[in-house]
Amino acid sequence: MLSASGLACVRGDRRLFSDVAFSLSAGEWLHVEGENGAGKTSLLRIVAGLLHAAEGEIRWGGQPVDDIRDEYHAALLYLGHAPAIKEDMTPLENLFTSASVAGRSLADADAFGALRRIGLKGREEIPSRFLSQGQKRRVALARLLVSGAKLWVLDEPFVALDVAAVAMLGGLIGEHLEQGGMALLTSHQEMKLSGRARTLRLGK
Amino acid sequence: MSAFLAIVRRDLLLAARRKSEVFTALFFFMIVVSLFPLGIGPEADMLRKIAPGILWVAALLSAMLSLNRMFAADHQDGTLEQMALSPTPLALLVAGKVLAHWLVSGLPLVFLAPVLGIQFDLSARALLVLMISLLLGTPLLSLIGAIGAALTLGVRGGGVLLSLLVLPLYVPALIFGAGAVEADISGLGASGHLALLGAQLALALFFAPWAATAALRIALE
Amino acid sequence: MSNRLINWFKFASPQSFYPIAGKMLPWFAALTVAFGLPALWLGFFVAPTDAVQGEGYRIIFIHVAASWMSMFIYCIMAFWAAVGIVYNTRLSGMMTAALAPTGALFAFLSLWTGALWGKPMWGTWWVWDARLTSELILFFLYLGYIALTSALDDARRADRAGGILALVGVVNVPIIYFSVKWWNTLHQGASVSLAKSPSMAHTMLWGMLLMALCCWMYTIAVALYRVRAIILERERHTTWVSELPEVKA
Repeated sequence: MLSASGLACVRGDRRLFSDVAFSLSAGEWLHVEGENGAGKTSLLRIVAGLLHAAEGEIRWGGQPVDDIRDEYHAALLYLGHAPAIKEDMTPLENLFTSASVAGRSLADADAFGALRRIGLKGREEIPSRFLSQGQKRRVALARLLVSGAKLWVLDEPFVALDVAAVAMLGGLIGEHLEQGGMALLTSHQEMKLSGRARTLRLGK
Repeated sequence: MSAFLAIVRRDLLLAARRKSEVFTALFFFMIVVSLFPLGIGPEADMLRKIAPGILWVAALLSAMLSLNRMFAADHQDGTLEQMALSPTPLALLVAGKVLAHWLVSGLPLVFLAPVLGIQFDLSARALLVLMISLLLGTPLLSLIGAIGAALTLGVRGGGVLLSLLVLPLYVPALIFGAGAVEADISGLGASGHLALLGAQLALALFFAPWAATAALRIALE
Repeated sequence: MSNRLINWFKFASPQSFYPIAGKMLPWFAALTVAFGLPALWLGFFVAPTDAVQGEGYRIIFIHVAASWMSMFIYCIMAFWAAVGIVYNTRLSGMMTAALAPTGALFAFLSLWTGALWGKPMWGTWWVWDARLTSELILFFLYLGYIALTSALDDARRADRAGGILALVGVVNVPIIYFSVKWWNTLHQGASVSLAKSPSMAHTMLWGMLLMALCCWMYTIAVALYRVRAIILERERHTTWVSELPEVKA
């Protein structure tokens, strides 16, 4: 479903990587490995469409992503380093707003259910700035539950999570893969996820 | 369309929860207007003549003060990225942010300026023309300012740089906006000025969101 | 037809353009002098003393040439910015950055010579007429471009952001000029305008034309020189730069 060929990335004066290729089908996930500064985040941002590759092309369902931008974005969920939540809004409000911005409808019950499942029961309606770092990341993760996107692009999703949350996230990704979804992620941690695993190593 | 409204609603909600930022810009407007008579002298005839210019320059500076708020917070907490990844065109979402910014920073000036205009002994009709000129002009200032805010996103010393970029582009709005009020006072009729101001607004409505979106994408890379 | 298209893009790489620029530079420098000397001679020695303005009017031909160039350069900058955005070439961004300081210089020169002309003519150093005021705003636009591109560390982002600013500016310049002209005619009673120059002797017109050409050649020469420096700076990590004789020394 997702395939990339000949990707190269130039940041400032440095060429981070060249001639990177991979492909991903339903139920598979790609672990992008590499040392700090090898370009893992840049690769994920290129896949998400935030950064332009110096060379190469990405295809979704066989078609170049540049031709089907809107469709590709509708099928994609990106979680970057920043949790992408507004501190002055409650987790519930954040969830509803991000759903609207992504063009998806969200029922109240689903929103509450997602926040409960992610471990924020009872905290759905307090301003997010009163949450801890880990709790804020959980709000970001709640989006995974309600998005319905086929492709998850996750940059260091396990950062700032406690052991229980790490296990829960692993379970979420596993479920997503079982339902035919795909995931692309970077992580410094050892992970065991269900679904077919592929690895891509950047840098030497 | 619903994504557009969601963004407008979100920004208005956020502004309501940070009311102090909004009010500070309005107080700035009031203080700057009061500074001019203190610097120039209280003679009524002269003040009446320079009032349109003073009120417009103060409105311009106040609008400019609030420009860095437009994209900076979203850029820092990652929500701007998410907007760029939405299936809805980013230009539409940017237009939503500009609309919310105008409602919070520009529209209050439209109502505040006539109140201050009384300090300068302007006639009721001149005050009405002032309101209309600001009603047409403040959206124009938000639209052009959005381009500057997008270009200077994340830059050190961004606020001052933003002013340098945006103030020359504000000159036509200032000339026709203040000129409309002066034309009314001198009996020549403000319709020509207001029409040209409206034309500039129409032009900006079409082009500014695109330019700001292009600049935002560059900043997001 | 397609052969020629390919050739253009070959020149668009900094590596190919660097030696070409180096070869063109001395020619344009020579042309600058070739146009400049006769222009100065015509302007200061040959053209007759004006009946009304005396000797002071002679500065007009530097003033007019500088004004033309400041506006022309901004349009060229916008052209390269558009090329850079459409074709995503790096060299166009470098050309825009190379032209900007010269454009700012001519804008400043235009303002300064305008003031020097104004003082003996109307007794004031500055006159808020339409052209001078527009020139002042154009000067601010140049400063804004230079400030923005200097503040951005990443060269690619600086080029592209500067490109957008240049394009937004070029669209606004006619609007600004028109609105300033409107403002000026409404406010000024007696039309004291630098645009209303006295009917000129033929030699004066020739002098202005030659001076304008001289400034144009100067601009190209300086832009080529500057773009070579920018290329060296940006591409300093590449092998072809480290192999250059001037870098190896």
